[in-house]
Amino acid sequence: MACLKQRNMGLSDQIAQYLVSGLSTGAIYALIGIGFAIIYNGTEIINFAQGEMVMLGGMFTLFGLDVLKLPLPVAILMAVTLTTLSGVLFERLTIRPLKSPTPLSLVIITIGGSILIRGIAMLVGGKDTHAIPAFSGSDPLSIGSATILPQHLWIFALTVIAIVLNKLFFQYSITGKAMRACAANRRAAGLVGIDVRRMVLFSFAISAGLGSLAGIIVAPLTMTSYDVGVMLGLKGFCAAIIGGLSGGLGTVLGGLLLGVLESLGAGLISSGYKDAIAFIILLLILFIRPQGLFSRAQTERV
Amino acid sequence: MQKKLGLFALLLLVGILSALPAWAVEPLRIGALFSVTGPASFLGEPERNTLEMLVKEVNAKGGIKGRKLDLVVYDTQGDATKAVQLATKLIKNEKVAVIVGPSTTGETMAVIPLVEKEKIPLISCAAGVKITDPVKKYVFKTPANDHIAAEKIFNFMAAKKQKSVALLTVTDGYGSSGREQLKDMAKKKGISVVADETYGPKDTDMTAQLTKIKGSKADAIICWGTNPGPAIVTRNVKQLGIKIPLYQSHGVASKKYIELAGNDNAEGVILPAGKLAIFDKLAKKDPQAKLLRDYNAAYKKTYNVEASTFGGYAYDSFLMITEAMKKGAVTSDQMRDNLERIKKLVSVSGIFSMGANDHNGLDLSAFEMVKIVKGDWEIAK
Repeated sequence: MACLKQRNMGLSDQIAQYLVSGLSTGAIYALIGIGFAIIYNGTEIINFAQGEMVMLGGMFTLFGLDVLKLPLPVAILMAVTLTTLSGVLFERLTIRPLKSPTPLSLVIITIGGSILIRGIAMLVGGKDTHAIPAFSGSDPLSIGSATILPQHLWIFALTVIAIVLNKLFFQYSITGKAMRACAANRRAAGLVGIDVRRMVLFSFAISAGLGSLAGIIVAPLTMTSYDVGVMLGLKGFCAAIIGGLSGGLGTVLGGLLLGVLESLGAGLISSGYKDAIAFIILLLILFIRPQGLFSRAQTERV
Repeated sequence: MQKKLGLFALLLLVGILSALPAWAVEPLRIGALFSVTGPASFLGEPERNTLEMLVKEVNAKGGIKGRKLDLVVYDTQGDATKAVQLATKLIKNEKVAVIVGPSTTGETMAVIPLVEKEKIPLISCAAGVKITDPVKKYVFKTPANDHIAAEKIFNFMAAKKQKSVALLTVTDGYGSSGREQLKDMAKKKGISVVADETYGPKDTDMTAQLTKIKGSKADAIICWGTNPGPAIVTRNVKQLGIKIPLYQSHGVASKKYIELAGNDNAEGVILPAGKLAIFDKLAKKDPQAKLLRDYNAAYKKTYNVEASTFGGYAYDSFLMITEAMKKGAVTSDQMRDNLERIKKLVSVSGIFSMGANDHNGLDLSAFEMVKIVKGDWEIAK
């Protein structure tokens, strides 16, 4: 009977599942995209090592679970701490020593850094893919005719918390405001007494921490290995670009849009073009609306 | 005068030294090209480990017919250009008599023109059909062709009266070769392909493709890929509540796949497995059972991990070389001729019977259809 019912599954039911799948994948992209946006907003650097922070989150959690035999919450806490430290270390060792930083040299440094981090992770952790248990079971939940996993709810929740905290931090706290000032005008921010280098360090720490949290929370779905950060990082970057590198809602909408388009594209057009769809959107946006889909053109970003 | 005498003595010494190896038997030099690092390292690493272990073992026992083996392994990093350079180095500088590897189909195809020209036999550890089809004089390969695995699945489906199938293949070399073989074989077996979907090797969610498949009228799904993709597919199938049987390829015939997919999700998945994966489930009288058990035990003792199918490919190559030597091969050409004459050689990937028209030598018996039950393999009936 179940078989018969399944065969009569209509197109509308299929589309419902495409949308739900797209939104849940999109939330992952959004969460990673926010990390890109935070560093950009604090420093005007696009940190291509952000994907590796996502990977480190998953790998450190795995280390805590499998090697140290810690309970999951403790392992997560340890992983976030260690990744945040890695982010700080990364900034101190690669970004800060630069005498006259230009956007190009900084971008290349972060790309080099990401390759290095990936290499170290491979040497230490091996090349295998590993599974991490889901936080609260893996029995699918139904939403109408579509299904979703409990882990997706965790991702949605974390995304919402991340936007809210991000908004509060950058709008209302002194440190957040100072970081925005640095991004707007480094020199002027320095002149009014803001410790610019410290703010850069902060933004790396925050985005590493957030990135690792994203990596941990998606690991039960995507599994984790030393090279998981490459594609996730790239998709997160797409999300951030679509959202105009805003630390808040823009990036989230960008991620969700990307996820839904990928899913609809795979389902209704052809799964062979799934990634092509994502990257064509990225290119179109970079050509036509470099300021992002959801933000007005701002002079200071030019 | 004194000087002249010294020179004479030196020449004499050189003469004696260079003549020495002709008295003692010179070791047979085996070259190996494996992608020990890089994206295909999951193939190259166990292959190198296996070959090194076996050479050491044989040399400790005094070699084959008193002739020791000398192994030179180069890492191609999965790069076809590098593979050709290193193959040239193996032939010209190291003067090897036979080459094992490369690990991937792309690299092997790149190296073939060179070994054919230099007349050095090559035993590839890559699975691509085109390596030995059409047959090349000096080229052999140990992994069974993909179409054998495909045929095995379709035979099983026919027995279960499943008449239509949905394909979900990965967009890398393994997946696209598998996709071609599957479509080809489906036509031959009269099974209709009602959905033909793909996914990227780094994709993290395949629910979109599977939703489409769910809407098709397929009797079964065949997924073709290597980890972690098929594990994610398996989880997604469960998530979407798809009830039709899921077949996987021999590419995931390892416990790792079950671990990644989770016992509950993998329950009931059926796949063609090389016999190494299920050696402890084989009947006692199976001719391969003892060899597989011994290989796994030796590998585990040396490297502290279970032996893998991929390492098995190097094991096959090694056994073929030593078999050719036992039958009297000394030069590269004799080696080639004896490799072609191998009959009923029991090894890891199967029982090899080569011929002038078959440089792979495996048939349907190389695989066994297995079903996953409670996180373990069971012979599928």
